[in-house]
Amino acid sequence: MEKIDIISGVAVPLKRANVDTDQIIPAVYLKRVTKTGFEDALFAGWRNDPDFVLNQPAFQNPRVLVAGPDFGTGSSREHAVWALRDFGFQAVLAPRFGDIFRGNSGKQGLLTGQVSEHEIEKLWAAIEADPGVAVTVDLVERTAVLGDLTVPFQIDDYTRWRLLEGLDDIGLTLRDEAAITEFESRRESWRPRTLPVK
Amino acid sequence: MSDTRPPARTLAEKVWDDHLVVKGENGSPDLIYIDLHLVHEVTSPQAFDGLRAEGRPVRRLDLTIATEDHNTPTLAIDKPIADLTSRTQIDTLRNNAKEFGVRLHSLGDVEQGIVHVVGPQLGLTMPGITVVCGDSHTSTHGAFGAMAFGIGTSEVEHVLATQTLPLKPFKTMAITVEGTLRPGVTAKDIILAVIAKIGTGGGQGYVLEYRGSAIRSLSMEGRMTICNMSIEAGARAGMVAPDQITFDYLEGRPHAPAGEDWDAAVEYWKTLQTDDDAVFDAEVFLDADTLEPFVTWGTNPGQGASLSDTVPDPSTIIDPNERASAERALEYMDLKAGTPLKEIPVDAVFMGSCTNSRIEDLRAFASVIKGQKKADNVRVMVVPGSARVRIEAEAEGIDKIVEEFGAEWRFAGCSMCLGMNPDQLAPGERCASTSNRNFEGRQGKGGRTHLVSPLVAAATAIRGTLSSVSDLTTETATTETATTDAATRTETETVEV
Ligand code: SF4
Repeated sequence: MEKIDIISGVAVPLKRANVDTDQIIPAVYLKRVTKTGFEDALFAGWRNDPDFVLNQPAFQNPRVLVAGPDFGTGSSREHAVWALRDFGFQAVLAPRFGDIFRGNSGKQGLLTGQVSEHEIEKLWAAIEADPGVAVTVDLVERTAVLGDLTVPFQIDDYTRWRLLEGLDDIGLTLRDEAAITEFESRRESWRPRTLPVK
Repeated sequence: MSDTRPPARTLAEKVWDDHLVVKGENGSPDLIYIDLHLVHEVTSPQAFDGLRAEGRPVRRLDLTIATEDHNTPTLAIDKPIADLTSRTQIDTLRNNAKEFGVRLHSLGDVEQGIVHVVGPQLGLTMPGITVVCGDSHTSTHGAFGAMAFGIGTSEVEHVLATQTLPLKPFKTMAITVEGTLRPGVTAKDIILAVIAKIGTGGGQGYVLEYRGSAIRSLSMEGRMTICNMSIEAGARAGMVAPDQITFDYLEGRPHAPAGEDWDAAVEYWKTLQTDDDAVFDAEVFLDADTLEPFVTWGTNPGQGASLSDTVPDPSTIIDPNERASAERALEYMDLKAGTPLKEIPVDAVFMGSCTNSRIEDLRAFASVIKGQKKADNVRVMVVPGSARVRIEAEAEGIDKIVEEFGAEWRFAGCSMCLGMNPDQLAPGERCASTSNRNFEGRQGKGGRTHLVSPLVAAATAIRGTLSSVSDLTTETATTETATTDAATRTETETVEV
């Protein structure tokens, strides 16, 4: 997982509340056997609508999603994070997130910043005044900067540290590599082995 | 399992402690070593893909084994798999196993089969180890006194990469079953009764330890049936302390320890008992003497009753959620309150799944149907848990008994347990099934499932309505003692279990 400190790129306003994980990625896409390549599945139910924000020329190659309250509620599917990430999003700002979605995001390198509803509206207004404008999300300072507008966001210390260090769950465990190797050296020889095949 | 733990420990706590790589501090999880990782085609593709993306290898190929089970057809196994999703999952596992070097038993291989049948059969599952698999019924392996639990796809990736898992300690619950089971009553009836008693959420957050004289006298297969369904009580895992029955089952299996290793192992395994003064976080008791064959009437495994009962009347249920759930269940199951369970006719009987598809289960089923004909309007499918079980059964003539009965003798796999392959119920069809889940649509869209033991499945297949062996005529019930050793064991089994 790559380290994140400053994300800068096109911000997209998603002016809807309660966007659950079924809307982020519908269930039909869960049958796939890969962990990447879900960009076509993101918001699949809305993508056919030419007016949908992601279809507008100003918002191509976006990096930051500025969403309404209760983003990512519903089913626990990790695919929701994969789809956002594969589409190119590195951060989502919203007034509230679904808990599991938020946890999954932190583990997969997607920044979720909590911004008050009032300031989300300010961000939306600023983006609409200048569609395609870039926003800078600074994880060190916990701020989103858009032109003259600077809004603070919240993210818990632990998740912030992991994102700054680029540690997914596995990376975190592998910090204890020495302890694992030491444990392995003590394992009894009667314990099962699948190889060689008998 | 906190720092204030008294010196006396439960079985689960002992196994946990012996796998502690790093003790978690300030509320962070413990890092637990995993001795055995079982892999199958449904929950592994994205885990391997994750490794690939990060350039990580499988840390311990010698503690990892894969088999194909959920999607495999049980007929014409030499032909390409028709369903595209199923075929893709299987092909992906094959490619991943090859690329990463994981041992894989593919369709057609003698060790292929349901992952929870294959591990014990190879002697890989043993007391005092930790076992994980991306499948909730991994709890099966707890029958050996192992700590075994299901994990999700990201955890599969985690174990592949690190051979460890960060875990918060579980609570412990004792399920004590004392007494002697009556003839025709089996391990499956015990666990269905336990789930009906504590509910499908009753075990949440717990590791269950099954204890008491009724559990001690069960075979390994019976103990596996019980531990298998721990998850249906909401528990993370189920365990039975190892004893001579465990050691006898294991000794001589391909991957069981041998020589000095065997002696050292047995010495350690004998210490894997809950200490007399250890304290469980919760306790449940069940009387084996009065237990009758059990069957589910609803759409979750906790909605069950003795076979001699009637379909319950939801209006008598006090808890409003339970009542609503029972009402919905009866509607889906097309059942009327007050109907004697034994008057319910079935369209199908499924004998299989990781709950009841081992050789002993097939012997029990065969002992009842031997020399009989199935009811005309019932289709009966018998699916061994693994290719090796199928071969063993054929050596004992069980395939012939099944075919002469009018039932279908299939190749190994999960089959109609979840209907990911073509083995499915048609909408509205009713099935007596030896599997573990009776959820709406589990065995096919609109299908209706009654969970039962192999003996009840057999008696039901003969009579065409939900039945126990005691409903068969005396002549039928006391199956003639057989010509082979195996059938003699079956007979004993039927009486003793
Ligand atoms: S037999 Fe059924 S419960 Fe067991 S592993 Fe297969 S699908 Fe799951």
